[in-house]
Amino acid sequence: MNTTRRTVLKGATASGVLAGLIAAGALRPTQVMAAEWNKAAFEAKDMAGALKGLGAGSPADSKDLILKAPDIAENGAVVPVDVVSNIPKTTSIAILVEKNPLPLCASFEFANGALAEASARLKMGQTSLVKAVAKADGKFYTAQKEVKVTVGGCGG
Amino acid sequence: MKQNIIGALCALAVMGGAFAQAPKKPAAKPAAAPAAEAKDAATLEFEKFRAEMEDSNPAELFEAKGQELWKSKRGPKNVSLAETCDLGQGVGKIDGAYVKMPRYFADADAVMDAERRIVWCMVEKQGFKFDDIAKQPFANETFTPDITNLVTYVAGHSRNMKIAVPLNDPKVREAYETGKEIAAYRAGPYDFSCNTCHGVEGKRIRMQNLPNLSTPKGAMSGVQGWPGYRMTGGVMLTHQWRMGDCFRQQRFPQPKYASDAIAYLLTYMIGNANGQVYKGPGIKR
Amino acid sequence: MADPMKIRAQLKGDVTEIRVLMGHPMETGQRKDAAGATVPAHFIQSMTVDVGGKRVVDGQIATAVSRNPVFGFKVKGAKVGDKVVVSWVDNKGDKRTDEAAVA
Repeated sequence: MNTTRRTVLKGATASGVLAGLIAAGALRPTQVMAAEWNKAAFEAKDMAGALKGLGAGSPADSKDLILKAPDIAENGAVVPVDVVSNIPKTTSIAILVEKNPLPLCASFEFANGALAEASARLKMGQTSLVKAVAKADGKFYTAQKEVKVTVGGCGG
Repeated sequence: MKQNIIGALCALAVMGGAFAQAPKKPAAKPAAAPAAEAKDAATLEFEKFRAEMEDSNPAELFEAKGQELWKSKRGPKNVSLAETCDLGQGVGKIDGAYVKMPRYFADADAVMDAERRIVWCMVEKQGFKFDDIAKQPFANETFTPDITNLVTYVAGHSRNMKIAVPLNDPKVREAYETGKEIAAYRAGPYDFSCNTCHGVEGKRIRMQNLPNLSTPKGAMSGVQGWPGYRMTGGVMLTHQWRMGDCFRQQRFPQPKYASDAIAYLLTYMIGNANGQVYKGPGIKR
Repeated sequence: MADPMKIRAQLKGDVTEIRVLMGHPMETGQRKDAAGATVPAHFIQSMTVDVGGKRVVDGQIATAVSRNPVFGFKVKGAKVGDKVVVSWVDNKGDKRTDEAAVA
């Protein structure tokens, strides 16, 4: 089973091969590896580094990428953020907090009927810009909002 | 009973008096309300924020743990609370029990709040030692005691029910009146009483409004949301914890865990909230 | 064994709204405990959501996600009774899988 998986993932272009194997019962969906953790992006200490790690470079502002977050967070430990991408063919959304020690918080890939939409609760160390980055049809887009924080989320 | 409490507080006052020889302005003086406009905008934002947090409240995780604890045979006597503990509604009956406490329990000959009663059951029925529980009775960032999970579970079973402390019971009424006196009792190095912060309308500390616990509406603000998941530190905390933390903020010595004094204060506060709907475990700053 | 998740999946019109509450300390590795020692990083690194046997969300997570994380997603094409399976793996290799049915 493991050899099959390794071989398949090394050579396979596609979801076609994997889908076939899943359908055949040879690979259960939960066995397919989740995407490898993007160390370069998650361990970047500034926004530019995180964007570079995501391969996003300088994403274009888009009004079709909607970022919802409170104007003032009562507590920086749990800031609710909701991102909706109305950009056609969006395949992934990443959420970043500019002034956090490590800006990239999470990134999600969507498939099989999932809407390009995700919400999460984030830790914010201080008042900062919250940024969403969406990948659609190979191109990157962004939207941002400033969230004021009254109590630091990192133990303040 | 009452004599002992006032006596204890007098002792505190004497200690406090020693510190207060050179009177200083209290550091944490509650601020007056700021410009009305700014306060309302922030308050509205925070209410929205709280509503979002309450939908998928991490308190649910602790409620689930509490359910397991309530139903499992535990302790030296190897029995479950479900089969032995009477919270006032019959053995093992938890629906509506939280909102009907504090109440007088004849088997303990005491007025008890929910936490105190569950601890009593753990000790008397399951054989746990009170001192072991009292050693670390409240949660911190890495540890949540069993009692906290149990209180959360029991409180969850009073969700959307009206507070109904039995003030017609003379023992409960006595506890209420004692609690009212304690709330007015000034002591400690800053000469604070509970009422200094919570006995008047319109006070706040930083961005937190301070409810006036002597009124029905204010009292309900004080009761609502406990036990609560505290966003600061991601910790599950109970009403009993909050009372102790007030003592700390007043620069009073810490109260004994699950004590008479706290039971009386809770009877006063929760009694004042009678008739209003309790929403279950909540979320706190 | 890690705490069970609370999963809610509600079909509203043709969209299923999924809400997951996970029990996890999500330690950043920057916090000091009462004794002054640094608490090592311990956080969910990846999570997946499957609906009706199909992978719908593949998430990579870092320490800036709150303790006891809550995530929300929306999916089209599911029907009442479909199985929603959520899994996570943390940086220590601990994992958890729970499921719920679309209601």
